[in-house]
Amino acid sequence: MSLAEVCAALIVAGLTAYAVLAGADFGAGFWDLVAGGPERGARVRGLVQRSMAPVWEANHVWLIFVLVVFWTAFPRAFGSVMSALYVPLFLAGVGIILRGSAYALRGHAVTLGEARVLGATFGLSSVLTPFFLGTTIGAVASGRVSVGGGSGAPLAAWMHPMPLIAGVLAVVLAAHLCAPPSPSPRSRSGGASRSARSTRWS
Amino acid sequence: MHGTLLAARDLTGALGRPSQHDMLAAREMQAMSFAVHIPLVCFGIAFPAMVLFVEGLWLRTGERTYRDLAQRWSKVMLVLFAVGVVTGTILSFELGLLWPNFMATFGSVFGLAFGIEGFAFFTEAIFIAIYAYGWDRLGRRAHLAVGVPIVLAGILGSLMVISVNGWMNHPTGFAVAGNAVTAVHPWAALFNSHLPYELVHMYLAGYMVAGFLVAAAYALAWLRGNRDRYVRAALVVPLTAAALAAPAQIVVGDWAGRMVAQDQPPKLAAMEAVGHTERGAPLHVGGVWFDGSLHGAVPIPKLLSLLAYRNVHARVVGLDAQPPADRPPVNVVHLSFDAMVGIGTALALLGMGYLLFVARSRRMPRSRWFYRAVVAAGPLSLVALLAGWTTTEVGRQPWIAWQVMRTTDAVTQARGLPEAYALLALTYIGLAVAVGWLLRRLSRPAQDAEAAMRRGAEIAR
Repeated sequence: MSLAEVCAALIVAGLTAYAVLAGADFGAGFWDLVAGGPERGARVRGLVQRSMAPVWEANHVWLIFVLVVFWTAFPRAFGSVMSALYVPLFLAGVGIILRGSAYALRGHAVTLGEARVLGATFGLSSVLTPFFLGTTIGAVASGRVSVGGGSGAPLAAWMHPMPLIAGVLAVVLAAHLCAPPSPSPRSRSGGASRSARSTRWS
Repeated sequence: MHGTLLAARDLTGALGRPSQHDMLAAREMQAMSFAVHIPLVCFGIAFPAMVLFVEGLWLRTGERTYRDLAQRWSKVMLVLFAVGVVTGTILSFELGLLWPNFMATFGSVFGLAFGIEGFAFFTEAIFIAIYAYGWDRLGRRAHLAVGVPIVLAGILGSLMVISVNGWMNHPTGFAVAGNAVTAVHPWAALFNSHLPYELVHMYLAGYMVAGFLVAAAYALAWLRGNRDRYVRAALVVPLTAAALAAPAQIVVGDWAGRMVAQDQPPKLAAMEAVGHTERGAPLHVGGVWFDGSLHGAVPIPKLLSLLAYRNVHARVVGLDAQPPADRPPVNVVHLSFDAMVGIGTALALLGMGYLLFVARSRRMPRSRWFYRAVVAAGPLSLVALLAGWTTTEVGRQPWIAWQVMRTTDAVTQARGLPEAYALLALTYIGLAVAVGWLLRRLSRPAQDAEAAMRRGAEIAR
């Protein structure tokens, strides 16, 4: 196994960990978004808040790990991907800021209005971020990024069915990873702990 | 590369020469993202040690106040870390998005440092969560022990990032063949000769910024009449840390200045607005640079030669030794440098005054002016920090890697940079408002804020 293959294996392993662990956190944001009004959605939102709080930063660090190995081991390919896919990657970056900070701040919301604004920001950016990250994977996988080309075209590499479908797939995957159980009439707390476990380790 | 003024190598880079009309937007966007992230780094460097110190006081004395304070601070630490994680992610995105040619050409040279930083970051993320959520779940000693890796990972992680900046100022650990980088020695790049002073300079800055900012919040409470044990401890610990760091920073700043004088004469010339090479050069305080010379400055004769080379007659290389295309912008660098030095000196005097007073009279000062000065020292230390980074980064221009690659050759070809800059600026303004709102809430008197947070948790639940 060559050094390049070892590095590629590290990237795949890191990406898998990110897709599963942070993917579940993105999925939690998706369910948070579609949980309904303050009354009906309270149970799901409480679950999301409690189960993500201690782990989401550590899950997110996998992305930094992947980026770092990528640019160290394959600098030319990294530069090419970054200059061809700057639009979706920049939007994913903005999504990451909004999601992380809205989540961290929502736990300290006092009024319903504050909780709603922060919750909606958290939910929306939890859908948009994996979508844009997914399109970049789709663009690379369908051979739309040429190595060594510092293209300035903003849309050419990713405004195509394959990258867009990959983006949608990333959102669906995240939502699937973290699907909350339906409320059980017998034991609400039992449901909560089961879901907390499936959120993490499914 | 050692010594001075070798012919610049001027690499085009792996992706070819880019064309970019909005170069300034790219640089400002990067600068803005650093300006948002670096204050959080200061808290990553210095705050965990302060929290652990207060927790240690609790273990030694058994006094509940210390535990309450450490627990409250650990919440602040977690929020600032979380925001630091996202702003740090943006930086790693931007390195690629804004400077793809820099990364494509040199990623393999300085990448090792970022790799180690990634692992340090992991460690920090894991233990900071255990620490902040583990107050009632771990034994006392175990909880304190969990805090130690946070401190160590914070030190290791920022060491690695500063190593990359040191490398940009003094690129080593590779050879150039034609337009390609060969014979890469990542460890030589990591332990470059500009790492030591940059590291110590930033560490002390971390203690000054985190210390003075936290102390400022409680000095404000003190001025408003809240002087219980809790506020007193919360004021004394960070203020003492910052007061110790501030005078030491003067010595380290002198070391940094001499390294710049030795290896980057054009940067020194811009910092001090030295137009022509001269012997026995004066130190210029203030002034504005136009038409090729400095106007309205206060000169202190021979001081620059003395400080930079330990000799009042030493020769200081002026900007005219460089072709115009190789000169950094003077006003930004000179005025940022003066701002840093001016504020740094004032903070060192404040720190020394405080330490001397406490050592002699064994009590806190009573003058309201002292507490007003501490309130002002918080934001001022932040200004000095950003001014210092502006000095070193703008002073390195037009190079992204000193005399190896120009910033214009590193930049992306992407269109729409001004729009992206505006969008990111709006996002950061929103973030700053939200974080300010939260820190204000966390700094309220204890019961009040606890009740507010319980209500918040009810709603989120």
